[in-house]
Amino acid sequence: MLHGRFHELAPHLVPLDYTNQPDIRLPLALIVSMPELKENPFRNRIVEVFSEDGQGNLSFNDFVDMFSALCETAPRELKTIYAFKIYDFNVDNFLCKEDLEKTLNRLTKGELTPEEVNLVCSKAMEEADLDGDSKLSFSDFENMISKAPDFLR
Amino acid sequence: NTDSEEESMSEGEMERLKEEVEEKKKVIAIMRNKPWRMKRRLVHLKECQEFVDKFEGALGKGKGRKFYAYKVMMTKVLMGLPYGSIPRKTVPRAEQPTAQDYSVLMDFNVEDTVYRYTIRAQFITCDHFFLSQGYCKYSVLFYGYYNNQRTIGLLKFRLPLSYLMVGVGTFGYSLMVVIRTMAKNADVGGGDGDDGEFTFAWKMFTSWDYLIGNAETADNKYASITTSFKESIVDEQENQKDENIHLRRFLRVLANFMIICCLGGSGYLIFFVVKRSQEFANRDDLSWYEKNELELIMSLLGLVCPPLFETIAELEEYHPRIALKWQLGRIFALFLGNLYTFLFALFDEVNNKLEEEVSIRNASIWAQKEYYANFTLYNNDTDTTPPPMDPSDVIRGPCWETAVGIEFVKLTVSDIQVTYLTILIGDFARAVIVRFLNYCWCWDLEATYPSYGEFDISGNVLGLVFNQGMIWMGAFYAPGLVGINVLRLLSSMYYQCWAVMATNVPHERVFKASKSNNFYMGLLLLILFLSLLPVVYTIMTLPPSFDCGPFSGKAKMFDVIMETIDLDLPAFLGTLMGYAANPGLIIPAVLLMVLAIYYLNSVSEAYQHANAELKKKMQMARDEEKNRRNNTESTDQVMKDLEDLLPNRSLLPPAPPPETGGKSTKVRPGTAGKDVNLQKDVSLSSPNPNARGAVTRPPGPRGPGPLPGNGQQGPGGGPGRGRGRGQPPPRR
Repeated sequence: MLHGRFHELAPHLVPLDYTNQPDIRLPLALIVSMPELKENPFRNRIVEVFSEDGQGNLSFNDFVDMFSALCETAPRELKTIYAFKIYDFNVDNFLCKEDLEKTLNRLTKGELTPEEVNLVCSKAMEEADLDGDSKLSFSDFENMISKAPDFLR
Repeated sequence: NTDSEEESMSEGEMERLKEEVEEKKKVIAIMRNKPWRMKRRLVHLKECQEFVDKFEGALGKGKGRKFYAYKVMMTKVLMGLPYGSIPRKTVPRAEQPTAQDYSVLMDFNVEDTVYRYTIRAQFITCDHFFLSQGYCKYSVLFYGYYNNQRTIGLLKFRLPLSYLMVGVGTFGYSLMVVIRTMAKNADVGGGDGDDGEFTFAWKMFTSWDYLIGNAETADNKYASITTSFKESIVDEQENQKDENIHLRRFLRVLANFMIICCLGGSGYLIFFVVKRSQEFANRDDLSWYEKNELELIMSLLGLVCPPLFETIAELEEYHPRIALKWQLGRIFALFLGNLYTFLFALFDEVNNKLEEEVSIRNASIWAQKEYYANFTLYNNDTDTTPPPMDPSDVIRGPCWETAVGIEFVKLTVSDIQVTYLTILIGDFARAVIVRFLNYCWCWDLEATYPSYGEFDISGNVLGLVFNQGMIWMGAFYAPGLVGINVLRLLSSMYYQCWAVMATNVPHERVFKASKSNNFYMGLLLLILFLSLLPVVYTIMTLPPSFDCGPFSGKAKMFDVIMETIDLDLPAFLGTLMGYAANPGLIIPAVLLMVLAIYYLNSVSEAYQHANAELKKKMQMARDEEKNRRNNTESTDQVMKDLEDLLPNRSLLPPAPPPETGGKSTKVRPGTAGKDVNLQKDVSLSSPNPNARGAVTRPPGPRGPGPLPGNGQQGPGGGPGRGRGRGQPPPRR
């Protein structure tokens, strides 16, 4: 089923027979055109997170990985880990203020004024940052998310 | 060959093998939870699977494999599609509403806006001949249709009794539904619910719905996220404002005083007009204005006062949410004034009809006696045959209940008409004009006045609540009203849905009137009580008409119940009820209920106090932890997984790994630091030193104290994981 979808994206590239484990990777642009991801504000980040080279080129294994993590039945801890990586735009294992700002702008499509963005990001940072280094480490993030009432995708 | 292998294995080895097989199975089971790369997972899966297959057979558990395969297949079948099985989201729609089932309609979950009162003239009563006169008047719509026969037909259906029971029962049922919904809302939303822990962070990270695939839904979601943020921002800003208390208090008192004057003025105006309309009732040569003066004045008041209230309320400088509540409360008071004046007018009419009825009743009894006298005179027949008059010629008394029912139906119908017209003209025509005239107009019609209509959520919800109040009041006298209302609700839902999508724009300032929906439910409850009162009053006090309706001929409507108890129920129940109705029993019961209310109230207050204390404690604990953690450095097993997932290892920060969350229990600062390095070296670069020996050895050599990651996974998983990190175990 998933293989069918993968194949659909680039019929001329993806072989139907995977027993030889060919190393075919699809570029980012193709993946984000899928209907499930098209409307997602974080689609680029999602694909980048699951790709091995960090540039968004997914092999079939990565593809399956991605969808299994996005699945409803994936365990909460798994989702937390991936959420953290998705929101970490500059890939430094911390959510710094710029990461938060980027997240917010993507979520609101730039409808908030810069002061409002600033206020929201400072408040969010203040709320979740436990070790006071003005960045959110994974543990801060996880601590905050685990208390959220409806953290399910 | 396997047979000889089996024989040669000693028991100890069998045990060991069994344990390993179990452990491999566990790894397979929990592999799903690990944030590993697909490749790694596949490699491990293969490994473990091969091992299990090979040795499970040897241990005589050949069937286990088939069962396992079956289990896997079933899970796949039951799990559904891997990327979400919920179909594309559409704009949520209310389900089919019934006239009384309000909890469905009220489940809006939308934000409210500053109140802007559109035309809500509820009391324009026009002459709707097609509905309230003519054929319909005598149809099942109205009270007068129902016969007063005690039992009907073969099954002895007791019509009068059921009429009364249904009438009273609707109120009881509505009451229950409303209160249950309020309780549920208070429970879920949590009265003052959000205590502000992580509000912004949660909004940022958990508000997007990853299953959305439709562009329009996505747009809606963006808009709702944005407005949600704006609401929190406004909240935050309000909390940070500075206050000059005295000036504020003075202004507020002044504003309230002015508003009370307005309300008093409008009440007096209505009273005055009602008096005038009573005078008019005796005259015949009325102009159109004089005929409809009452309704006109009422609707004008309903139009003019709310914006007036709004302007005055600007003096008060409340938080927008509180200001909204005040505004809604004032409009509610205005509506109540209108309503009760209307009721008084109705009562006057009813009394007039009652007097009229007395005279007609006398006249018809007289006519009947006369007829019998003539009849017996001519026929010498003492049988009481009914007069051979065509039923349509019989003199009828004025049926006051039907008249009341007619009034309510007129009200509802004109309400419907006004609503539809308002939307058509106020929203649709306005939108069309603004859109098309904009090309040839001096100023920008769309950006400034008049621009598109804004969807007035609170006004519409209030309208629904008032409408429901009307229905509750009128349903007893015009049972068909409920059907009319159902049709109205259905059609207006689609109509307004279209109007909103096609012609309205969202408000600029948005905030909720209450965190749960209990504010509107509270209003609904109030209206329910207020509409209950007149109906119950009439049931208890006013005598029913003598010739129409299910209670005709009785002294009071509830005599039906007495009759039923006397005739239908066994005798002892009658005496029982007689005792129960004794004031000596009822008064203590009422006292007991009052005491119970008082007790429950104080208990709930105590709980609220306890809650507040606990919250404070939690906040303090959190702050303490924050301060404490500034000094700790410990590792987290999960971070290892994270690092592995990084596309390029060189991106690893050279600094020591970041602090962990609440998983570490007692890690001492100094030793933990050393621990980290030791752990890293051991697991990343070389095969696991724990690979020798039995599987179940607890992870002792890993350092002092239990490491957070292991605590999570249990002894089986730990070594297994560790093994996987390096090369495959030498055991193979």
